[in-house]
Amino acid sequence: MSMVRVIARLDIKGANLVKGIRLEGLRVLGDPDTFARYYYESGADELIYQDAVASLYGRNSLCEMISRTSREIFIPLTVGGGLRSIEDIRQALAAGADKVSLNTAVIAAPQLIREASRRFGSSTIVVAIEAGRQADGSWLAFTDNGREHTGVDAVQWAIRAEELGAGEILATSIDREGTGEGFDTDLCARIAAAVKIPVIAHGGAGKAEHVADTARRTGVSAVAVSSLLHYEAIRTLRPRESVGSEGNREFLQSGRGVSHVQPCTVQELKRRLLDGGVQCRLEDAV
Amino acid sequence: MSELRVQIVDYGLGNLFSIRQACLQSGITAEISQTAAGLGEVDGIILPGVGAFGHAMETLRSQGLIEPLIEAVRSGKPLLGICLGMQLLMDASEEFGLHQGLGLIPGVVRRLPERRADGALLRVPAVGWNRIFLNPDRADTHMDCGFRDGQWVYFVHSFAAVPERSAEILTLTDYESIRYCSAVRRGHVTGVQFHPERSAAGGLAFFRHWATSLQKQI
Repeated sequence: MSMVRVIARLDIKGANLVKGIRLEGLRVLGDPDTFARYYYESGADELIYQDAVASLYGRNSLCEMISRTSREIFIPLTVGGGLRSIEDIRQALAAGADKVSLNTAVIAAPQLIREASRRFGSSTIVVAIEAGRQADGSWLAFTDNGREHTGVDAVQWAIRAEELGAGEILATSIDREGTGEGFDTDLCARIAAAVKIPVIAHGGAGKAEHVADTARRTGVSAVAVSSLLHYEAIRTLRPRESVGSEGNREFLQSGRGVSHVQPCTVQELKRRLLDGGVQCRLEDAV
Repeated sequence: MSELRVQIVDYGLGNLFSIRQACLQSGITAEISQTAAGLGEVDGIILPGVGAFGHAMETLRSQGLIEPLIEAVRSGKPLLGICLGMQLLMDASEEFGLHQGLGLIPGVVRRLPERRADGALLRVPAVGWNRIFLNPDRADTHMDCGFRDGQWVYFVHSFAAVPERSAEILTLTDYESIRYCSAVRRGHVTGVQFHPERSAAGGLAFFRHWATSLQKQI
């Protein structure tokens, strides 16, 4: 079995780290810089920053956040959310991102994948697929955080994205995202078998076993996790306040725990992976 | 210690921002430049790169950088090639036809095989963390090259350099069952296939070590 990467995914709204369920009902969790630093120091292999509301707000704040992060964090950073053109991609990369993740823009204009991969290199272009399971067992691709139906078959779209030059596929299960019920392993396995480029499983990890199970059974090269890590980080970091006053801060202020996930640190997660026969990078904490 | 200054060669490819930040963290002031001006004055040169070999050589040529780079190395300037920048140090690459490289280290660049010896599919590009092992044929200890044996580093690549002289291989890496050269050195020319600027604390340690070697050159 190959080496599996553990990617901490940070969904961003305005200046805050947020977390929702099925990409909606976003709760404010705190200052993203603090979480990013914590994940870097505890051995995350990569970070993904996803602007949850990029189409509604300006993107400059995200670029500033990326510049700040890449000054002190020396692992790969992927940025996504609202990138619609070569110029948007160029700006994100110039701000310090190593890769960009594209969804809505490339569904509308698939040739942007080709153009961007030629210009910036395939390894820089991640195509994010938000897949929703259908009654007949297939998956359709959605855009705008699972809100917009495209009618495109998710597995066929992954194959097409690879042909056009995508370097990686980020496969999100809309049905599982934020639920803690586990990854959609059928979706992960189908996409991983359909393409040769690396596939990142995303959406649904509620405990370490979910990650180990998906890594063992589906052929994915990486897993993107958020709730699992965020709710542990909250206990350790104890962020008292969010940045600014935007968003739903009720959870943060209440000091409540969560019941739908069994949170763990990156190190704990990786130890469980190794114990479960999954290869991954585990080093002493910084 | 006097201030160390290096030039990062900007030919439109690679995450120059991260390399510059990693240099800063390691006590090196790095200037990003698209021209050959200043190559003579700096303490070292970094050749980054992501993307296609042929396109990179064309761009270097159109920016008038090839001769000045070779000349700078001839005059003793330390050069560090990162990722595609390491591959460019070689004589030639088989990426989409045969392309001539800078010819600073004898050897060629070849595509990673699509299948392992047992027939299983290899995912290419190879993206992710892997370990580097010191070349047992080389007399250097880790103190000499800045790496720990078995250290974890971050890779993104589809091609790998095949140096002609095994003694010039610094480290080896196994991707699935495929073994390839992950770092190379010939005199003051060093190449790393991985991204030290994205390899956490171990990557920064390598930059610090490289900085020390520049210090000795001054």
